[in-house]
Amino acid sequence: MAQREIQSPLPGTFYRKPAPDRPPFVKEGDTVKVGDVIGLVEVMKMFNEVHADQAGKVVRFLAENEAAVEAGQPLLVVEG
Amino acid sequence: MARPIQKLLVANRGEIAVRIIRAAHELGMQAIAAHSSADRDSLAVRLADDAVEIGPPHASKSYLDPEAVLRAARHTEADAVHPGYGFLSENADFAAGVERAGLVFVGPAPETIRIMGNKAEARETARRAGVPVVPGSDGPVPDLDAARAAAARIGYPVLVKASAGGGGRGIRVARDQAELDRELPVAQAEARAAFGDPGVYLERFVTRARHVEVQVLGDGERVVHLYERECSLQRRRQKILEEAPSPALTPAVREKLCASAVQLARAVRYRGAGTLEYLYDADRGDFLFIEMNTRIQVEHPITEMVTGVDLVRAMLRTAAGEPLALRQEDIAVRGVAMECRINAEDASRGFLPSPGTISELLLPGGPGVRIDSLAYAGYKIPPFYDSLVAKLVAWAEDRPAALARMGRALREMRIEGIATTLGLHRDLLRSRELVTAEYDTTTLERWVASRP
Repeated sequence: MAQREIQSPLPGTFYRKPAPDRPPFVKEGDTVKVGDVIGLVEVMKMFNEVHADQAGKVVRFLAENEAAVEAGQPLLVVEG
Repeated sequence: MARPIQKLLVANRGEIAVRIIRAAHELGMQAIAAHSSADRDSLAVRLADDAVEIGPPHASKSYLDPEAVLRAARHTEADAVHPGYGFLSENADFAAGVERAGLVFVGPAPETIRIMGNKAEARETARRAGVPVVPGSDGPVPDLDAARAAAARIGYPVLVKASAGGGGRGIRVARDQAELDRELPVAQAEARAAFGDPGVYLERFVTRARHVEVQVLGDGERVVHLYERECSLQRRRQKILEEAPSPALTPAVREKLCASAVQLARAVRYRGAGTLEYLYDADRGDFLFIEMNTRIQVEHPITEMVTGVDLVRAMLRTAAGEPLALRQEDIAVRGVAMECRINAEDASRGFLPSPGTISELLLPGGPGVRIDSLAYAGYKIPPFYDSLVAKLVAWAEDRPAALARMGRALREMRIEGIATTLGLHRDLLRSRELVTAEYDTTTLERWVASRP
């Protein structure tokens, strides 16, 4: 099965959860559809949803919660 | 007791860090830039005498971390800390921590920050000082029943505001009881998430209001005012263009407004630079106190331009224990000043933030033009902080001349490599709303929406 990366559309701070005390949007082993929210990127105090542009099973995250990310940086790997 | 500052830690970033470093240098102080790892290449770090890294990019782990800033102050043997605006500037515990460490906090006493930082307590303090306030709930509303009762008394529409909020954050509108029922729990949850305090209070929503604010300076004993700024041109409660003096006030209202601000600042024995925000109802000539900001404000340069008083220098001097050198009768407004906030945002794409590298930078100059900015050619604006790139300030002898000068400066200015709001400001300068000065706090959003 092919592995593909989902990238951050914007530079900023990557969040895997909608709020610090909430569970992550998706975790390893979950299946995502195209358009599912997989995280948030905070750029200049604005929060932007990151949508999956590929479907599949989440193999692993490449960026930690609250990590500083660049535009185009891979956030997670999906397989399917 | 005067205690001269020799080494100042600047606990902020961006253009305000640059502004503070400049004032420190003019007073013969050394300036140390406390910065995150994302700001190593900042203009503030380049201009400072020394720099100290206080943490990773995210502000919660650097600029908002009191311990990290205090460690930096001790490590660099600074004798004073200037907090700028935002971040820790209105954190009373931080101010107290600075003082406990034996250092000078450049701002008012921690207790003053605490009182004025709690919007409900600030209102009560204002009322006791005889300053008119916006009709409201007289303190936080504990539950929905109390909120309904208060709203019925105040009259709809009402604003639901976070007690610990500020900068336009944590505010919701309820037009009737059904909306209040819906908005109150959301507002409380938001307040808890954003400020760690679920307290909210209610206030009348004045629909056609102007936002007018009075600048004050105090030394803990004496307080003077430096007249007002008009800040009604806002988008999502963020100021876009400010001017001084307000074109909406008559001389008689101006005198009463400024006197009320001095009365309130005197009641809390204010020290340093502060701003009292008011709603002004031009139809009725009423001004109503909203809140006090116990710090330097973004738009302070327009006051400096019309009064000739250097507010940041005055802050540093009063913090060091010097008595205020100014008497009220020495302060007069001359001419008109305007400030355009040039943000790294793409107005054609819903004001999407646009961090990145500035490939080309051409700053305007000539008579009456001032730029406060974090920018230099080749600088990469990080995505982690606010989008303010430059404050373009123009002064002239009267309002038409100031408009013409600002228009000229905007035409000269070029920022390439990122999207900015320069084009928006060029259009705004030609708008009927700005030229006629017939605007309120809702005007700019309508104007933006009607732009082709």
